Amino acid sequence: MVEPLVRLDKITKVFGDGPTAFQALRGIDLAVEGGDFVAIMGASGSGKSTAMNILGCLDTPTSGRYFFKGVEVQALTRDQRALLRRRYIGFVFQGFNLLPRMSALENVELPLIYRGEPAARRKSFAMAALAQVGLEPWASHKSNELSGGQQQRVAIARAIVTRPQMLLADEPTGNLDSETSFEIMRLLRELNRGLAVTVIMITHEAEMAAFASSVVRLRDGLVEQRELAS
Amino acid sequence: MNNVSLRRDRHVLFLAIRQIYRHRTRSLLTVLGVVIGVFSVITMVTLGNGATEAVRASISALGSDLLTIRPGQSAGPGGGSGGGPFDLADVEAIRGQIGGVVVVAGQAQTAGVAVRNAQSWSTTITGTTNEFFRAQRLTIGAGREFTHEEEEAGKRVCIIGATIVANLFQNTDPIGQVFRVRGISCEVVGVLEERGQNGFGGDLDDTIIMPLKAVQRQLTGNHDIGAIAVGVDPTFNSAAIQAAIVALLRERRNLDPTQDDDFSVLDAKQIADTISGTVGILTLLVGAVAGISLLVGGIGIMNIMLVSVTERTREIGTRLAIGALGDEVLLQFLVEAVVLSCLGGLVGMVIALIICITAAPLIGVPFLFDAQINFLSFFFSAAIGIGFGYFPARRAAGLNPIEALRYD
Repeated sequence: MVEPLVRLDKITKVFGDGPTAFQALRGIDLAVEGGDFVAIMGASGSGKSTAMNILGCLDTPTSGRYFFKGVEVQALTRDQRALLRRRYIGFVFQGFNLLPRMSALENVELPLIYRGEPAARRKSFAMAALAQVGLEPWASHKSNELSGGQQQRVAIARAIVTRPQMLLADEPTGNLDSETSFEIMRLLRELNRGLAVTVIMITHEAEMAAFASSVVRLRDGLVEQRELAS
Repeated sequence: MNNVSLRRDRHVLFLAIRQIYRHRTRSLLTVLGVVIGVFSVITMVTLGNGATEAVRASISALGSDLLTIRPGQSAGPGGGSGGGPFDLADVEAIRGQIGGVVVVAGQAQTAGVAVRNAQSWSTTITGTTNEFFRAQRLTIGAGREFTHEEEEAGKRVCIIGATIVANLFQNTDPIGQVFRVRGISCEVVGVLEERGQNGFGGDLDDTIIMPLKAVQRQLTGNHDIGAIAVGVDPTFNSAAIQAAIVALLRERRNLDPTQDDDFSVLDAKQIADTISGTVGILTLLVGAVAGISLLVGGIGIMNIMLVSVTERTREIGTRLAIGALGDEVLLQFLVEAVVLSCLGGLVGMVIALIICITAAPLIGVPFLFDAQINFLSFFFSAAIGIGFGYFPARRAAGLNPIEALRYD
């Protein structure tokens, strides 16, 4: 059997301890193949953000095993997980999280700086990524001069500029109007298909989940259902 | 580790510099404390060194191998209470019995008004011998010294300073001219080379010098010698000569061992050392106070850096999420603090040098570039950057990316 890109094996996560302890994840099993587009849905408190943080190697599970490309992530150090994020994972946040005062281009270059790319390569990679999200003419604009949709496109460009294998999007359309939301979703689907990048996205809107190839529903820290999108 | 690469790359140094440039105004305000600190340390120490040098120079102008013996125990001019004056026998005893003495000049001093035509000028008159010029390192600029005959006979001739030339002779050539002082007439045979002021504001050129015997006979009317200038051979130990003179004079003045000296021997070099030592201590003290302001400047940097870390929490979270290592974030903030404080140190140095070069002539001290204090201040400001930058940087690096991303 070929190892999937991502495999969660009986993952649990408990916050706090003693009587105030809160069990966010109660034993999640999940496999995502390379090239998939998975939407994770669930009510607030269902554990979808916790699952996303663990998938993004930002957090470690209380128990269970997380395999990313066959590597057991829960056994890695903080720095090793950072290096793993740097090389293989791109993040898109609900609040865009662009660095203010920096131009769109500089924001997109940021992950390449941490990868030690020389300036000329940084610039050409970043311009290519901006072109992919259709924002090449806006490269020199400060991030706070852009509209919400444009900002999210810059954030997506920043996430894909390192050619990651997995794109994690946490409610990427949560701060956008519906028309812009559809544009962003179409962009994500395009990238998923064009670059064969695996996309895992949290959303609570069924319309957005419809862009994914499969939908995972979480409820009370457990996978309730996994289905192919309509 | 399978096919997963966990290679580390370092390219974060310039991130800090970019950040400083982006926040120019804030950066400037942040380093203001360090700028002022470095500036005050360097200015205070440089000007203090200049003042020390000025004092030393003006005292050694009096003659660095010069001992001055006065009756009484006061160091001030005019002698103090206690012992009576010396006489010529004392002068000859010192000349004859103390080794290492090159010149000995007894002096009889008095004050008086000098008059020529309608001009009058109140000044001091010193009666002494040609040896006095050697001991005090005085140079005759025009004319000549006293002749042996003039000294022996106590002729009414005089050698005058530039201030007297200016006030009695309106800067015309005074050689061969005659003026009156305290009712006796006196012919000018020489003019002293101009010396300017001493370290205490006194005019060294406001003096009339006559043969010792002329002053004793015509003006003071006694054989008293008010002060003895002793020039010593610089290869001899002046302290030993000083001790020998003290022993000789105690014997001559019949002091028994329980009595204190009723005269004093001053070493010009010793005075110079004492005074420049005192000024040096003051410089150190003022420099230390300025050093405290440098420390306060460092605390200012820490404050702003801490605020900056809080303000940039989301940014730090984003950086950590996209793969920045804790060390890289730490380094970025640390480099930011160090670059800021070094920049502040440099600016402070430049301002201090400009101020010192401008102010030194205004307050009448030489400008002495002190490489040591410049280096020390710069080094200290860099150290402040590391010391006070580490704590905020540590805090930034230790942030939990999940919480930092959620921070508003």
